[in-house]
Parts: sequence; C-alpha cells; structure tokens
Amino acid sequence: MAEPLTLDRRSFGRFGIGVAAAAALGALPGSEKRADAAPAPAADAGTPIKVGILHSLSGTMAISETTLKDVMLMLIAQQNAKGGLLGRKLEAVVVDPASNWPLFAEKARQLLSVDKCAAVFGCWTSVSRKSVLPVFEELNGILFYPVQYEGQECSRNVFYTGAAPNQQAIPAVDYLMETEKVTRWVLAGTDYVYPRTTNQILESYLKTKGVANADIMINYTPFGHSDWQSIIAQIKQFGSAGKKTAVVSTINGDANVPFYKELGNQGVKATDIPVVAFSVGEEELAGMDTKPLVGHLAAWNYFESVDTPENKAFIESWHSYIKNPKRTTNDPMEAHYIGFNMWLKAVEKAGTTDPNPVIDAAIGVAVPNLSGGYSSMMPNHHITKPVLIGEIQDDGQFNIVSQTPGLVVAQEWSPYVAETKDLIGDWRKPLACGAFNVKTSSCGAGGAKHA
Amino acid sequence: MILKWALLLGLVLALASTPQARAQDAYALLASPSFDSIRQGVQELGRSGDSRALPVISALQAGELFVRADHALFIRTASGFTDAQTGKSAPDVSADKLKKVRLNNPVREAIDQALGSLRLFASDPGQRRLAADAMFHAHDPLALPTLDRAIAAEKDAVVRRTMTEARAAALLSAPDASTQDKLSAITIIGARGGADSRAILEPLRDQPPPVGTAVAAAMRSIDQQLQLWGVIQSVYYGISLGSVLLLAAAGLAITFGVMGVINMAHGEMVMLGAYTAFVVQQALGPVWTGISIALAVPTAFVISGGLGIIIERTLIRWLYGRPLETLLATWGLSLVLQQVVRSIFGPDNRPVEPPGWMSGDFHLAGLTLTLNRLVIIAFAALVLTGLMAALRLTPLGLRMRAVTQNRTMAAAMGIATPWIDAFTFGLGSGVAGMAGVALSQIDNVSPNLGQAYIIDSFMVVVFGGVGNLWGTVIGALTLGIVNKFLEPFAGAVLGKIAVLVMVILFIQRKPRGLMPVRGRAAEA
Repeated sequence: MAEPLTLDRRSFGRFGIGVAAAAALGALPGSEKRADAAPAPAADAGTPIKVGILHSLSGTMAISETTLKDVMLMLIAQQNAKGGLLGRKLEAVVVDPASNWPLFAEKARQLLSVDKCAAVFGCWTSVSRKSVLPVFEELNGILFYPVQYEGQECSRNVFYTGAAPNQQAIPAVDYLMETEKVTRWVLAGTDYVYPRTTNQILESYLKTKGVANADIMINYTPFGHSDWQSIIAQIKQFGSAGKKTAVVSTINGDANVPFYKELGNQGVKATDIPVVAFSVGEEELAGMDTKPLVGHLAAWNYFESVDTPENKAFIESWHSYIKNPKRTTNDPMEAHYIGFNMWLKAVEKAGTTDPNPVIDAAIGVAVPNLSGGYSSMMPNHHITKPVLIGEIQDDGQFNIVSQTPGLVVAQEWSPYVAETKDLIGDWRKPLACGAFNVKTSSCGAGGAKHA
Repeated sequence: MILKWALLLGLVLALASTPQARAQDAYALLASPSFDSIRQGVQELGRSGDSRALPVISALQAGELFVRADHALFIRTASGFTDAQTGKSAPDVSADKLKKVRLNNPVREAIDQALGSLRLFASDPGQRRLAADAMFHAHDPLALPTLDRAIAAEKDAVVRRTMTEARAAALLSAPDASTQDKLSAITIIGARGGADSRAILEPLRDQPPPVGTAVAAAMRSIDQQLQLWGVIQSVYYGISLGSVLLLAAAGLAITFGVMGVINMAHGEMVMLGAYTAFVVQQALGPVWTGISIALAVPTAFVISGGLGIIIERTLIRWLYGRPLETLLATWGLSLVLQQVVRSIFGPDNRPVEPPGWMSGDFHLAGLTLTLNRLVIIAFAALVLTGLMAALRLTPLGLRMRAVTQNRTMAAAMGIATPWIDAFTFGLGSGVAGMAGVALSQIDNVSPNLGQAYIIDSFMVVVFGGVGNLWGTVIGALTLGIVNKFLEPFAGAVLGKIAVLVMVILFIQRKPRGLMPVRGRAAEA
C-alpha cells in the first residue's frame, strides 16, 4: 500500500510549485476557442476582428444562455458572408463562465486582455453583469448586455439592449391592474440583485398607486430551488382574501421549471391567480408541458409569435442555421440582433474598432427591430423598445394580448426610488456622465457611476 | 302621430330585447377584434338562451372559433368548418381567409362563468356539479333566477347542495338582498368552508351588524379549520421533502455505516439514476411514457449499483483507514463523473416527462395532495422496506450487519469482508440510482443534480446516526418537516440555514446522531 499523504513543509513546497507551474501554463478546463495571441490586431487590416461571447453554457443559467451564444454565432456567420466588417472577417471567441459569477469576471478579463476582443456580447443575470462591470471599466472594453434588468446602472462601457423596468416591469403591473383588475400582489423572485432591486421599485410603484402594505407579499428563493410546494400553497392562501391576486415572478434560471410544474400540479389557474414572469420566454418553456399554464403571462419587448415579415425572415434563417425547426426565438435573441447591428453601424461610423470612437459613435444609431419598427441607441446607452404582454399558449408560444402603440424610452434610474429619482444618464459630450443629479447639477464620482 | 312613433319605438325596443336580438348582438361582439368586446359577447351569449350558445362558447374555449372579414363566425371541426350561428356545415370556407378569435384571461373568466350557467342543466351530474362550482366562484347576482330553476329541477343531493352554495354566493353579491337572506347565505357558505368560501366572505367583513358579526363568526370558524388543515398540509410537505432526503441519504447511510467511507461521489450516483430515467424514456418512445419510469427504477439500480461495485474495487479499496484521501479521491471522482455526463449528454437540462398517472393533484378533505409527491413518498417507503428486508432477511444483509458492528470479529468468523464491502457500496449506490429516478420527476436533470443533494444527504446521515436505517428515516423526516414549517416564516434561504444551525447544535450534544450503533467495536 502507498504511504499516506503527509503535509510537511517540503511536500507542500513541491506541491505549490507544481500548482504554480500548471497555472502559468494556463491549463484551465472549459470549452474555449482561443485565437493565437496576435498583438494589437486593430492596426493590422488583414487580421480578423474578435467578438467575445460571454454566456453560461453549463450550470443553472445554461437553460437560458446557451441559445444566445448560438444566435451570436449565427449573426457573426451572416455578417462574414456579407463581407465582414471594415473589410475584415469577424471571429467569435466563445467562453463558458458556467453560471459562476466570479468566473464571469475572469473570463471577461481574458476576453479583453488576452483575446483583445473589440466587443463582448454577454451576461444574463445582473450579478454576472455586476461582476464583469469593473473589468470592462478598467480595461475600457465594450459589453452589449441583452437581457431585461433592474436598471439603476448606466455605465459608459455597457450598452443595455434589454429592457429597463419602465420597459417591462411597470407596464406589466399596469396591464394587470387595468385589464385584470388585480389589487393584491405577490412579488416572487430569485435571491439576487435583479429581483431584489426590481421588487424594491415595484413595491414603491404599487404604493404610489395606493396598494396597502398588507396586499403585498414578497418572497425570495435561491438559484435552482426545486421544492415549491409550500411556497405555492402560501401564494394560494394569500390569494384567498377575496381580492384579485397576481404573482409578479422574477425567478431566474431552471428553478422556473419545477415552479411552473408545481403551479400546474396544484391547479393554480391563470384565471384565479395569474403569474406574470419577466425572465421566462419561449426558451424556458420549451420542453415543458404548457397546457396547465395557458393564460399565465410574460412581459417582453419581442415574442416569437410577432407577425411581421422581418420576424418571419429572422426565424427562417435561425431554423436553417441551427438545423432544427423546433428551436424557438426569444427577446434576448432579438436584443443581440439589435445590439450586434448597432455595433456594426457604430464601427462603420467610427471607421475603427477602438473602443472610445465606437462608444461615441454608437449614440444615435438606429437599426430595425423585429416587430416592424426601428430601435435607437439613446444617450443613456439604452435602446427604445415596444412593450408586449403575452399569454402562454398550449404550444409554448405566446399570444400577444397587449402592445404599446409606439416605442418606450428607457428610464435607467428609477423615479420610484428616493436615491435615484433625480438622476439621469447622458454619455454625450460635454455631460458625459452616467449618474447626473439634475437637482444638484453634479455628476457621480469617477464619471461612471452606478448603483 | 307621436303615438304612432312611440308605438313604433316601443316595438323596436321590444324586439331588440328579445333573445334572438340579444344573441345577434352577442355574435357581433364576438366577431370584433377587441378583447373587451369578446368578453361582453361571451357574457351576452351566455345569458341569451340561444340554443347555439353552448357549442359556440365551448369552441371559443378550445380555440376553434374563427371569424371572417365580414364578421361571420365559424367553428372548426374535424370535418371542416361549420357556421357558428346555425350549426350547418360551411364547405366553401377557406382557412386562410379566417382569423382565430383570441382569448385573454378576462375572456377566459367570462367563458368559465357562461359555461357554468349553461352546463347547469347538463345530463351528467358530474358536469352539473362542476358548473355549480364555477357559478360559486363567479358569484354573479344576475345568475340567481337560473340557479333557482336549477335547484328546483335538481334531484341529486350532492349537486343540489353545491347549487345552493352557489346561490348563496350570488345572493351575497346582490345589492338588494334582505338581511334574513344574507344571514342564511352566510351560514351556508360558512358550512362549506375552505379558502374559496373565505374569499367570498372577506369583502363583507366591514358590513354593519348583524351581517358583519355573522361574517366575522363564519370567517373565524373557517380560519380555524384552514389553520388546522394548513398544519397538516405542512406536515405532508415535510414528509414529501423528507422522503426525497431519505431516498438520497439511505445509500450513503449504508456505505458510511458499513465501511466508514465518506463518498463524495454519492450525489453523482443519484444523477446517473436520473439520466437513466431519461435514457429509458427516450429509448422506449413517447407511447410508453407511463411505464418507462417503472422500468427505469430497476435499470438505475443495476447501473448505479454496478458502477458502485466497480468504484469500490478500483478506487476505494486502496484507501481504507484513510478518510482524508477517500474524501479527496471520491470528490475528484464526482468531478470526473459530472464531466463525463456533460460530454455525453451536453450541459443542458434533459427533460423527463412525468407519466400521466403522476401529474395533477387530488383533494382529501381540506388537503391538496399532488400525485407526484405522493408517489415519491410511497416509493421511498417501498425502497426503505426493501432495504430493511434485505438487511434483515438475506445472508448478505446478515454479513453486512456483522461487518458494521465489528469488522475484525466478522473477518475472524470467515466473512469475506472485501466482497462485503464491494456489495455494500454497490447496494448503497444502487439505492442512490433509484433515488435519482424519483428526483427526475421533481427536479431538473442536469450534470449538477448531484451537487444539490450531497450536502443534504450528509446532513441527514450525520443527524440520524450512522449504521442504523431507522435513524436515517427519522432524521430525514424530521429535517424535512422542520424545513417546511420554517419556510413560510423565514423564507427558503433562511429556513435552510436555520436547519443547518440546528443540526450543528444537535451534534454538539449528541455527536453520534439520533440513533447511533452501540457496542464496543462501534465506539472504538
């Protein structure tokens, strides 16, 4: 039999040197496609432009993020077929941060400093975005963030192509109040920054609309929570006070699957207690039996069932690229479509892929969206979007029951939170400030202020 | 002159309020694009008494009602389209000229109400009872005449009681009901009990006495009843969580008890069982979903058990007496197994369809019992009984118990302890595999599935005591029930933390768990 491990100084030293050597060789696991480390490719006209894709391909968020990696690869391939950008080919650099938030920051640093990506498209959860934010600001990178989020942020290095609360959460609450006459509210979310902040905003908004404290129930669960029995029983009990009750769900990731299954099992029908979700789209419903869920809602700025020629063309090209006619499209995919086209336009306008000229050139760029209109990049680095409310159908698609007639401009700083109601973000010169207080006429420290 | 016009106007008005005219209005509303109009149309049609009301509203509910540009309505059937208003077939209607009449939740509610009142006179008593229930939830005072007619015509006592309750609910919403009527309605609804009765009574709490006091008294008794049922319901949830923990931890209790091996790859055995369920279901095809789960259980036992024996023979065998190395080695093994599964099946979640007989719920008095959890509780009990029987009644079980109590003595008696170890590890892993099949019904099947249950399994084994299956049973059920009682108050995250803190404190007092194995060798 071998000698048992002894932990004395000599063996520890040897062990330590071994680990250091391994780390230095960069022997890290994971599925990465790294190009050879060519220095400063921006100046050299023939080398490809690297585009980073920072989405979880494993872990609890893989259910939502894997398809975003695939749509980015499709968009890059389509652009290359049209001749690339500035006469150069685009090259995708895909990394897997595995739903591990500190790993997001490491991978972001790798994409910017090692692979020298001209832009990165990525992140889903707000905690992943908050993890990579300091990296992008330190290394002056560009991140296109495609997912609906809680606002309260306006960074110079991030372009937010997803919805701010006034482009998703607030209109959804308004719809429930006006059309379904809801007077009692359950705010259920996963326990991290996005649901906590969104619920803070919604609670404040509901109170301005006269909803009493006793008519609001707030509940948080960890990522990947699978035992929803008692929580749903609690929701049913809360909903039996004779007032119309609705659930506003900011549950993220694959915890949604057992949540909806339990809703169906306990017979919570949409006509009794409707559930409106902000992070559940066609992709999360794929593979679930949605017959018991018919009538529950989601609020987005795009649904696969939008009936426009642009959307039909997009869905067709998606199905032929991914070679699977059953793959769905969803709102964050449209956000990447818009964001990618905006980045191409900004680079062409600036004539270079260097971050500073591109960031300045991006403001004011307008590209078509898939619901028949145009989306513009505003000075606050957010885009204009229509708001759509859809009801789940038994085939996993959404039946659009409400749509804003025009586009909504994002309010990235919430007017319902005391600390941020006087803030605006405007990155045009000379203001160039993400958190400008209009009352005191002063900019937040450091120029890139975020909550 | 004026008289003539007045007569004409009167005639027109009279005609306009005939059922046929109301039905015409309703059809016009149904054909309009606005959801509000469709909802009104459903309500009008339900009250109109039109003979086509029931088929048209049912078609709308099923998504088979279509409208043409000229506002004509059609129902799609298996054999083509029929005209909605007349029921006659319309063969020359082309599908691409038609648009589906869409629904939203307020329209669905109106449909439930309308169908409720229309099906009150159905021939099947079950349908009538469901209709009466729908009328109860709708509590529409305009339905009182319909309900009175239905009660008078009803022969079945159970259905008549539900109709009376529905009538009472409708009466309470009527603005001109007499106090006497209201009081008797409150008594009826109080007797019905349940959360939906509470929902009807709550808005009337602030009414002046005697109505207000009657409502308060009725609600008090309903609340007491609900509280009692709530406690029993929490116990049920606790038992179902406990049964899941039990399934996951039983195998670990055996391996830890017999061999003292800390197996960090135990969670992966569970995960492999879940993937076995997925593979079996895929292999058998969609027709056999109902039986695939039943077939997956022995398959998972064999696969995980076989893998367990292999692991023991190749890896664990060399590390006896060295718990730290076993911990590290099995931890490394768990990472390897996760990556192997990720490489073969992909990192995404794999869907496992629950069979039809495991979906839905049924009501037992005031309890809502979901079928999938009930089946898992029964399954856990079965597995545990089988395990205990194996340990008590089989020669292998006898030898395993001997080795658990005193290894050297058992070896001296001629028991081949290395092979006992291998089979014990196999048995524990096999049980974990079966647990994985059960878990595939309630949790996502992903390579990380094992990680979510390994900590809980160790907590159960440490709390319940090692080497004794009863300790594991009581430990798992206790932890499940405590967790479920804490959850409504502290939330899911804090509830888990509280349980962990309690286990730590318990271990301080009783380091060997709830039901440790006693004896000189065990304490050595």
